[in-house]
Amino acid sequence: MYETSYQRPTSIDEAVKLLGDSDGEGKLMSGGMTLIPTMKARLAMPTSLIDLRHVAELKGISFENGRLKIGGGTTHAEIKADATVKQHAPTLSYLAGLIGDPAVRHMGTIGGSVANHDPAADYPAALLAMGATIHTNTREVVADDFFTGMFETALEENEIVTAVSFEPPQAAGWEKFRNPASRYAMAGVFVAKRADGSVGVGVTGAGNAGVFRWKEAESALGSNFDGSALDGLSLSANDMMGDMHGSAGYRANLVKVVTKRAVASAKR
Amino acid sequence: MGVEGIGAKVLRKEDRRFITGQGRYTDDMSVPGMKYAAFVRSPHAHAKITSIDASAAREMPGFIEFLDGQQLKADGIGNIICGWAVTSKDGSPMKMGAYPALADGIVRYVGQPIGIVIAETQAQARDAAEGVMIEYEELPVVVNGPDAMKAGAPQLHPEAENNICFDWELGDADATAKAFENPAKVIKLDIVNNRLSPNPIEPRAALGHYNSAEDHYTCYTTSQNPHVARLVMSAFYNVAPEHKLRVIAPDVGGGFGAKIYIYPEEIVCLWASKRTHVPVKWTSDRTEAFLTDAHGRDHVSDVEMALDANNKILGLRVNTVANLGAYMSLFSSATPTYLYATLLSGQYNIPAIYANVKGVYTNTAPVDAYRGAGRPEATYVIERTMETAARELGMSPAEFRRINFIREFPHQTPVIMNYDTGDFEATMEAAMKTADVAGFEGRRQEAKSRGKLRGLGMSCYIEACGIAPSKAVGSLGAGVGLWESAEVRVNPVGTIEILTGSHSHGQGHETTFAQVVSQRFGVPVDNVQIVHGDTDKVQFGMGTYGSRSGAVGCSAISKALDKVEAKAKKIGAHLLEADEGDIVIENGEVKVAGTDKKLAWHEVCLGAYTGHNLPDGMEPGLKEGAFYDPQNFTFPAGCYICEVEVDPDTGVTEIVQFVAADDFGNIINPMIVEGQVHGGLAQGIGQALLEGVNYDETGQLVTASYMDYAMPRAWDLPMFKVETLVTPCTTNPLGLKGCGEAGAIGSPPAVMNAITDAIGNNDLTMPATPEKVWNAINAVN
Repeated sequence: MYETSYQRPTSIDEAVKLLGDSDGEGKLMSGGMTLIPTMKARLAMPTSLIDLRHVAELKGISFENGRLKIGGGTTHAEIKADATVKQHAPTLSYLAGLIGDPAVRHMGTIGGSVANHDPAADYPAALLAMGATIHTNTREVVADDFFTGMFETALEENEIVTAVSFEPPQAAGWEKFRNPASRYAMAGVFVAKRADGSVGVGVTGAGNAGVFRWKEAESALGSNFDGSALDGLSLSANDMMGDMHGSAGYRANLVKVVTKRAVASAKR
Repeated sequence: MGVEGIGAKVLRKEDRRFITGQGRYTDDMSVPGMKYAAFVRSPHAHAKITSIDASAAREMPGFIEFLDGQQLKADGIGNIICGWAVTSKDGSPMKMGAYPALADGIVRYVGQPIGIVIAETQAQARDAAEGVMIEYEELPVVVNGPDAMKAGAPQLHPEAENNICFDWELGDADATAKAFENPAKVIKLDIVNNRLSPNPIEPRAALGHYNSAEDHYTCYTTSQNPHVARLVMSAFYNVAPEHKLRVIAPDVGGGFGAKIYIYPEEIVCLWASKRTHVPVKWTSDRTEAFLTDAHGRDHVSDVEMALDANNKILGLRVNTVANLGAYMSLFSSATPTYLYATLLSGQYNIPAIYANVKGVYTNTAPVDAYRGAGRPEATYVIERTMETAARELGMSPAEFRRINFIREFPHQTPVIMNYDTGDFEATMEAAMKTADVAGFEGRRQEAKSRGKLRGLGMSCYIEACGIAPSKAVGSLGAGVGLWESAEVRVNPVGTIEILTGSHSHGQGHETTFAQVVSQRFGVPVDNVQIVHGDTDKVQFGMGTYGSRSGAVGCSAISKALDKVEAKAKKIGAHLLEADEGDIVIENGEVKVAGTDKKLAWHEVCLGAYTGHNLPDGMEPGLKEGAFYDPQNFTFPAGCYICEVEVDPDTGVTEIVQFVAADDFGNIINPMIVEGQVHGGLAQGIGQALLEGVNYDETGQLVTASYMDYAMPRAWDLPMFKVETLVTPCTTNPLGLKGCGEAGAIGSPPAVMNAITDAIGNNDLTMPATPEKVWNAINAVN
């Protein structure tokens, strides 16, 4: 790891100021579960690390006006264990409990994951499928507009993810096919039957441009919420990612298989 | 048997310090004034070094020194050696390319060390190492063994035409050709044995300390054989004279073979300590470990087996290309030859065998012995072929094996080995019973109703441990003898210290060796201390690899115990005024048999040291040493049965049952043996399903972290059903065969036989990843 300095703001304003002061060389850190290993591998060298873990405004889970809102600083373990999340979005609770290992789940946060947009991260698939909104310190962005490409988001300079919110789906399913080495998703599919009856299908780990919605599957499932509705559908290998663990063609098959299983497991 | 003697499930004495974080590993060692090293390594798989410029690094914070191959050469530090001279079939010696500890003008694999930076802190050393500017002229690259032999392939070493280091053969070519002249059937198979990274949990490390006042060197290092390291570093690398070099291998966190070898880093740290007048410590990070720890396996073979009309094997012909990597490591010549082809007879009567092995250089990390070392490759060849043959004959794999089993011992195979004992049918029957092979078809049908493909695969392995009779290995090219040493020091109060040349890096010697002593004298294991891993404390010994610590190391201890027992009996007889022949030692007492006359063990020991009342002419003290040179290899054998369910939609394999029935001869501690089998099975299943070192065509290592190198985890493995049967080894005093590698040797073919059975396609290579299995299913549907 290269030498760096560590800063611990206690408010979003302070964090934004510290980031501005770093002349583009600083980096916001939430759980650090991606950033710290990257720095240890000497692949990132931020001059300052601005730790968001002590910013109270990023904490908290609430259910108001029919929407579940989860603060960006909430850890995976908290999302897994929280009674409100379990009540309104049990599938998201289930998803959080399958991320990484216990150590990762107690450090990593939903805000960090969403802002980083790793192409194999789990939450983005869920947020796309449920039509969630990403809240930042300056605005609100719908998930469809937020995730713009691999490791790319709509976030601008000095913008911090403060929360995500969504209207709980009527039913949802999450199925993850793991990479045998890293255990990240090689094909992770979140299927949500939304409150308005439409269906969202968010796919992570497989697309060559990051997380995506499988819209053909959404309309097929919208008229028949059953795995058999997908029988005639297929994805193009040209849109998939390929690597030593799975070719694009194999991933295209996986997405379909995993989507069917997510539908079969979907529950309230 | 006492409660802590041979055969008792004594809890491991060493576990308290390991599981409470109090183990002391090389990286825990600290010497006053110690500084830190980082190696500058090649980013290219094959390149000429055109310039090295450390001027920017010299200005960086904490920088102390940068040294490269020029200075190393000028100081007369010798090239890395290979300890086993293999002769090609045309009679020529193997063609070894020069391997300097720091590159001399050319680099031949990614990660090869070029220079060392020493700085005040580890972070500063790594920063400065990045600051060393090196210019390269890139050369063409070859990473695959068969490709390296092709015309026009990039040439690595001027010494080795077509990159062939040796073209070696074993067995009778004419007799084997004759066996293929008129067979009833010939089975043919192409076999790939995938390249593996050893992955001990503790990465390699070295702390070199030159004391100028005493002109003495100390090296702490992660070694399985510290005396061999001292010998090689002094006799061949000219780092330090043997009597002025102390090598300490303290707690070592796993080896699996990768820590047998003497690597460039420990040589360079020692040498650099003298050059810079500071103690120098280097600790590998995980990526360096993937890049530079000697890899294992990497064979490509074609196999032919001839059968007669009664389905008996007539002959076996095997051609293998063994990828050696860019340079020869310490035992890299022996691993794919004498440790491999000598086991190609398996558990079977095969009248004629011929094997040809070509050892080939490529632009990859050196390849050497890794858990099993040659025997997994042989077992994979023979056991995949046996299962394939049975399928092609329409016979049950068990029945085909049964009619070909060796049943009389000793048995001389056509490939050097002479099996002393075994009962192959017994282990197969035991495994089949536990695995309920009879009920398999029912389970297959039930799985089918759930949409799963269920398969059963068997592997009947035999391997050779207890390496090895010194005279025999000497005649085959080994540069050292492979005996072991022990010293038994009885203290005046009756407690006992065992100094052993074996080295424990996870095997549990501190417990099992103490059990051997407890068995002999009836003293508690707590009163026995095992001393190992320090050349200043322990007499010369050969170390631990090839499952030799029980069969060879404990045999040396047993021999030394014989001498101690004999002297203690003499003293006891004298003190008890009895005949020496009537004395027995048991339960911590020295007794006159058939009487109530006795002394406590410690009374005899104290008597030996006070010298107040010893037999006339007897020297005081109670301390004896022994060297044990084995008469033969030992031959652990067994049967593994794997049952899998494959998901046809994704190609995912689940191991639903794994049964192991092993014959390790006599067993000192059944719990430790079971643990060794579990670990070996996990590594073998890892090879079959998950693991594989992957270089791209430019020689970059794609699997350089755990994000891409798939290690087996608990959830990849079933609850193992492990049992042991015993035919005691006939050639060593305790009847031990060895158990450290069997799991890794026997399991890969069992897994692959099961998967190919499930999917109905025999064309599948390891690791059988979900995608490969899915493709194999689609290829036959």
